[in-house]
Amino acid sequence: MSDKHETAGRGISMRSAEIVVALLVLVMGSVVVYDSLRLGAKWAEDGPEAGYFPFYIGALICIGGGVTLIRALLGKGIKKDALFVEFEVLKPVLSVLLPAAVFVFGIQMIGIYVASALYIAVFMVWLGKYSWIRGAVVGCGVSAVMFMTFEVWFKVPLFKGEFNPLSFIGY
Amino acid sequence: MEEINALFHGFSVALTPFNLLLMFVGVTLGVLIGVLPGLGGANGIAILLPLTFTMPPTSAVIMLSCIYWGALFGGAITSILFNIPGEPWSVATTFDGYPMAQQGRAGEALTSAFTSSFIGAFFAVIMITFLAPLVAKFALQFGPPEFFSVFFLTFCSFIGMGKEPPFKILVAMMIGFALAAVGIDTVTGQPRLIFDWHELMRGFDFLIAVIGLFGIGEILLSMEEGLSFSGRSAKINTKIVIETWKKLPQFWITSLRSCVIGCWMGITPGGATPASFMSYGIAKRMSKDGAKFGTGQMEGVVAPETAAHAAGTAALLPMISLGIPGSPTAAVLLGGLLIWGLQPGPLLFVEQKDFVWGLIASMYLGNIAGLIIVLTCVPLFAAILRVPFSIIAPIIIVICAVGAYTVHNAMLDIWLMLLFGVIGYAFKKLAYPLAPLVLALVLGDQAESAFRQSMLISQGDVSVFFSNGLVGSIMMLALLMLFWPALTKLKETLKSKMA
Repeated sequence: MSDKHETAGRGISMRSAEIVVALLVLVMGSVVVYDSLRLGAKWAEDGPEAGYFPFYIGALICIGGGVTLIRALLGKGIKKDALFVEFEVLKPVLSVLLPAAVFVFGIQMIGIYVASALYIAVFMVWLGKYSWIRGAVVGCGVSAVMFMTFEVWFKVPLFKGEFNPLSFIGY
Repeated sequence: MEEINALFHGFSVALTPFNLLLMFVGVTLGVLIGVLPGLGGANGIAILLPLTFTMPPTSAVIMLSCIYWGALFGGAITSILFNIPGEPWSVATTFDGYPMAQQGRAGEALTSAFTSSFIGAFFAVIMITFLAPLVAKFALQFGPPEFFSVFFLTFCSFIGMGKEPPFKILVAMMIGFALAAVGIDTVTGQPRLIFDWHELMRGFDFLIAVIGLFGIGEILLSMEEGLSFSGRSAKINTKIVIETWKKLPQFWITSLRSCVIGCWMGITPGGATPASFMSYGIAKRMSKDGAKFGTGQMEGVVAPETAAHAAGTAALLPMISLGIPGSPTAAVLLGGLLIWGLQPGPLLFVEQKDFVWGLIASMYLGNIAGLIIVLTCVPLFAAILRVPFSIIAPIIIVICAVGAYTVHNAMLDIWLMLLFGVIGYAFKKLAYPLAPLVLALVLGDQAESAFRQSMLISQGDVSVFFSNGLVGSIMMLALLMLFWPALTKLKETLKSKMA
């Protein structure tokens, strides 16, 4: 959702961001209302039905979202040409967010210990420009410390992933 | 007085070697958390909470509250040395703290910050010692309608007193309630808002939301500033400490005023952040050196730090006596208490005397422990921030992920944490407040059940909420708060029409 303005930096405009989020809020509110109606939002003989409270919650979300959306469409409360985020600034943010998402996917596949070691190592090498050896040492070091703390000491098992590459250790 | 007796009994509970060890560990961890970005007070406690499940509740809550103190102290270190507020409530400390550091007076700034924090928190703990039992006794008369009215008042004051647009506050709050409603309905046993996705039957855990919103979200936000941790070096030795202590008493009025502001903001849903700003602003206006604020005035550090810590501590008063947390971090602590099967509120004082007074006693001790640790270990903590970002950032994210996982041993929770992180980032930028969201998530179930019970008692008659003087007046106050923004706007338009 980018709306390029002729301003100092180019980026996603505040107005677009406000509109998108307000729309998402409206969608969420409608979903809540929908499910409340399914459960029944009226007064049964023995008290409110399961959907009574959530119905009003959903309704209020919709009202709040609707008002915010209208205000955003009218441009109220938003400084002229204000940017939600500049593209230049968005890059570092994404450089943390996207690897983090890959990391979480990695946890799902190969478990927390292996994924963490890889994540830290790759982050250090790619963004910090360290050598592979340094990255590997820190990554494996942190992972090993975590392993000892959780599996051995606290006896709290962490997720080993769908493919469990560390199964040979026996934990 | 029975409070003093109970307090000494609490000290005997708190002063076991194990608990003392936990106190020091807790404070150290807390300072560490306060110093590192992305691992703020609420988030840090949320991550460490599952690890305390194996401890007896009293010890666990002592450690967690010491982590809380540590985080309160820690935020000041980065504010003064690096001009990076480690916590939202340390922002005001940067105004005069960093200039002091730039002038080579970092040791002075740190000492005055820590001492002011200690005084603020101490004042609040004394207030809690005497007020909490009174409030609890008073609240024993509360029935479901009264409880609901207090919840209602809390949430209405968010809308009334918040500086964000009221409808955005409403949205944030209602989203919190909606998330709290997901799962199995406790009364009818029906699944709500699950959409046949079995993983959602557990509902959304506030811990995951907190780690995502305040942890990942915070990290994403700080990425925008770019992270260059080039800070001033700090030397604290006994000489500097004593010299600063000699200079501090002249600010006793500011200190006292800040304590009061802090306690008030802590008890009401304001919290430490508005308290620190308010205190700084008022001190600036009322001080004879007000014009010099921002250039390195010690008073400019004393005012926000005292207020922030008083508020942070005072936020625990409504939490233990009424079950209503006064800040997001207190909300996390409340959630922890609920997990251990302790119901905060007036009954806690009656049924779990050991626990409550042990906790209050540990507040005194934790504060003293905190002051000692920060005064001695500042260079160590500051050194941690010199670790390059590309090493520390992934480690923090790994810690957050592990923290999210250990809550329910659920992989889904880690994904949810990421999602909440993005939401936290977007909401912060768009001025949707996060505190009401978290509070609604933690209190949602209780608020709803209080409402339902009231309705059952009254057979569906809403006027039960106005049935007696107490509940009626709380409801009126709540409605006043709710419509406050609309009323002030009306007043302004009328004024400008008549002028």
